Amino acid sequence: MLILTRKVNETIIIGDNIRVSLIEIRGDQVRIGVEAPKNIKVYREEVFSAIQEENRAAAQSDVKLPPLEL
Amino acid sequence: MLIQSRPYGTIEVEERQQITFPEGLFGFEYLTKFVLLDASQKPFYWLQSLEEPEIAFILIDPRTFMPFYTPDVFDADLEAVGINPGDEDALIIFSIVTVPEQQDRMSANLLGPIIINRKNHLGRQCISNNPRWKTRHYILDELKASRGTSC
Repeated sequence: MLILTRKVNETIIIGDNIRVSLIEIRGDQVRIGVEAPKNIKVYREEVFSAIQEENRAAAQSDVKLPPLEL
Repeated sequence: MLIQSRPYGTIEVEERQQITFPEGLFGFEYLTKFVLLDASQKPFYWLQSLEEPEIAFILIDPRTFMPFYTPDVFDADLEAVGINPGDEDALIIFSIVTVPEQQDRMSANLLGPIIINRKNHLGRQCISNNPRWKTRHYILDELKASRGTSC
């Protein structure tokens, strides 16, 4: 992994069109700004993991479906 | 064609029931070929893997219990299944359902919606950008809540 040291308001550039800026540091929280083209999707990693885990749980569902009154 | 399915064993399905997920589903990236089956019980459907007969997901149209649901995905997600602005008629939206042992705690994943283009049969699991949506929305609770507000 490439590790860089940055100060608040400094930026790193990834490729031709992605900019990651350090906006603010408050206690143990860091605010990061990401500027990227629309086709580059940016997510928090835990969101990915949560959906993976839920898919695995869903695949274990009972094949006998419960009644659902609508 | 004849396929092996988790809910029904060997069954005959039509070519038009096939859905291709070029990038698989999260955690199941290696599975790209599925068929969409009616479940024995409305309003559910099955998304059955053609590559792994033991893998099948229960789907529901989230609007059956969350009438104002919008997936709020990136335009790039829609474009990935060939849906451009103006083609929204071709878009089908599903949520994956988890049915635990205690069946009345069944939940739907509104954070990771499934989108399908009914014209080219391409599908994709996306991540919603709407912070309101979670991986577990308890369907019975949501139904109760929506009835409560409509009365």
